[in-house]
Amino acid sequence: MPFHHRIKNTTYSFGSLAELLAKASPPRAGDKLAGLAARSAEENIAAKYALADVPLKSIVAAPLIAYETDDVTRLILDTHDAQAFAAIASLTVGEFREYLLAQETTPAHLSGLARAITPEIAAAVSKLMRNQDLVLAARKCRVVTAFRNTIGLPGTLSVRLQPNHPTDDPVGIMAAIADGLMYGAGDAVIGINPASDSVGGIERLLRLLDECITRYSIPTQACVLTHITTSLALLERQVPIDLVFQSIGGTEAVNRSFGVTMDLLREANEAARALRRGAAGQNVMYFETGQGSALSANAHHGIDQQTCEARAYAVARAFDPLLVNSVVGFIGPEYLYDGKEILRAALEDHFCGKLLGLPMGLDICYTNHAEADQDDMDTMLTVLAAAGVTFVMGVPGADDVMLNYQSTSFHDALYAREIFGLKRAPEFEGWLAEMGITDASGRLAPPRSDHPLIAAATQMPGAGS
Amino acid sequence: MSGPRRDPWSVLQSRTPARIGLGRCGISLPTREVLAFGLAHAQARDAVHASFDSTALAATLSALGLMTIEVDSEATERSHYLRRPDLGRRLSEASRARVSGLKSKRCDLALVVGDGLSASAVAAHAPALIAAFLPLAAKLGLKLGPVAIATGARVALGDEIGVLLKARAIAVLIGERPGLSSADSLGVYLTYDPRPGRNDAERNCISNVRPEGLAIAVAAFKLAWLIDASLARGLSGVALKDDSETALPREDTASSLGRRDND
Repeated sequence: MPFHHRIKNTTYSFGSLAELLAKASPPRAGDKLAGLAARSAEENIAAKYALADVPLKSIVAAPLIAYETDDVTRLILDTHDAQAFAAIASLTVGEFREYLLAQETTPAHLSGLARAITPEIAAAVSKLMRNQDLVLAARKCRVVTAFRNTIGLPGTLSVRLQPNHPTDDPVGIMAAIADGLMYGAGDAVIGINPASDSVGGIERLLRLLDECITRYSIPTQACVLTHITTSLALLERQVPIDLVFQSIGGTEAVNRSFGVTMDLLREANEAARALRRGAAGQNVMYFETGQGSALSANAHHGIDQQTCEARAYAVARAFDPLLVNSVVGFIGPEYLYDGKEILRAALEDHFCGKLLGLPMGLDICYTNHAEADQDDMDTMLTVLAAAGVTFVMGVPGADDVMLNYQSTSFHDALYAREIFGLKRAPEFEGWLAEMGITDASGRLAPPRSDHPLIAAATQMPGAGS
Repeated sequence: MSGPRRDPWSVLQSRTPARIGLGRCGISLPTREVLAFGLAHAQARDAVHASFDSTALAATLSALGLMTIEVDSEATERSHYLRRPDLGRRLSEASRARVSGLKSKRCDLALVVGDGLSASAVAAHAPALIAAFLPLAAKLGLKLGPVAIATGARVALGDEIGVLLKARAIAVLIGERPGLSSADSLGVYLTYDPRPGRNDAERNCISNVRPEGLAIAVAAFKLAWLIDASLARGLSGVALKDDSETALPREDTASSLGRRDND
């Protein structure tokens, strides 16, 4: 299906919807690397004009990857809510942008439409939206999930406490957990990226987290971010697992490169739910995604990286996750070159995820080979907090000493709370007050180095001392 | 921070390089921490752009009795390398011809040492890791191919090298992206039956190899264990779980490695 737009004497033609979406994308390194980007600034805008006139129903009618060859396409089409879609089917992409931004369009409207919106529709409309549009529309989306606490309530921001250690030393990990808890972080999850993938090591970390949460009755959940097959093997042995982690992507081929299938995801979701460890709810999956993963795995089928990313959200929402995290700046400068590109992608990912009904968090981050620094992260955190991001990372001093990149810190989260008056998950907020970590207003109490949590960090049984 | 009574934070800080117990003014970082972070970031940025001395590395490895060959990817210029990972996964035409010209016989394992994102990590730790690994390889009876020293290398560059060297498996030792606290971290990627098109799920990774991270001796043992298991089972990647710890507890690992080093 060809698309055209004429500017003065030049007619720009786009041979397929995939090409149109790619050329309408705000410029970024990964699409240039893949040879998919617009060749000029004017062609980029011509593609946006052409895209603005495309009816939503023709996007649904033209799958980017054939139904027969890709299980993500099958998932998108088989679970499409055609009944709810009828209300918006005849809108063009340009009209859909205006619908999202209209003051009459309420959070309830958008919740009702979530399953009628395909990833390609979300990606398409995002390409016509400025950064402020992405903030305004995402802010209207309400997504609430629960496990041991309730995440995503209006006026809240949650934090994943990320206590990574270069050798998985239990005391070192407990030290970072105590530090984070003392700064009021950790309501989204206490989630460790393990340095070693050895099965025994993963089990030790899971038992350490379980002991910590149980002993102090912390209303939060634990996760060790290991491959889903390792989690499944441990679930079979009754090892205490709250959340099952997996990286996912937007095509069958990229998921194959991650060693994951829909069947594995289904099996793990069921196995973790069967443990019934959540007191407040049963959302047990934690997914991570990121623009560029499909290209990195040579599995993008000629689809731009932002649209591939949105397709990953279709995979995520099929398994009712507690948390979805775009690791936006982590994949590297070959996909998102600098602070400007990372910010744009973060807003797109957050908007698309929320519109599709996901509890969307952002790892506001960069690597040391990208053209970015902590000032860029401050801007991103401020803008994403304004957009209502569900959760962000809490890394001690923003420096992840295992994964070698910079994210947001416990201090950064406090800054966002202060500026926007954002609360934590209510169960966790209550626990912090009981522990004397926060005062009645939810602000940190004056620091004290004799708090029992600090001393306890060295005395956990799993901590080996 | 230390006084007659020990500050509990100083005890915890001794157990992790993470930036814990930083303190706060209001909710913000103290000035000393803002400056310390800025300095670390500046040093990491410098490490990314450091140049790779492949000739010196070749001389060091030759002294260990290894045959080496220096190769380039299609992206040896740094800013080009950072934007074009696809070119870092392909040998330059001249290098391809030179590796083919070796007319290698079939081997069990070929080592590839590549600069990756930290040339300083490779210079600092690759020779020590290889030296620790060689006796373990000898004990397993592994037939080793030549060591390729690759400039402008991404992990997948090893796949093409592995094919040309007729290696049953390859181990790529490569500089990991520098972190603020670790500009010199080495990664090792093992791939069974290497060929272009292999994906990450088909590789086993040993990461963060450096004295303050995963110790050299432990990394060498893990690598030998994984290679042995990989060749025996005819695969690598997510289907091959690293159970090296259960194979040999850590204390035994250290002592047995020590004995072998004295052989």
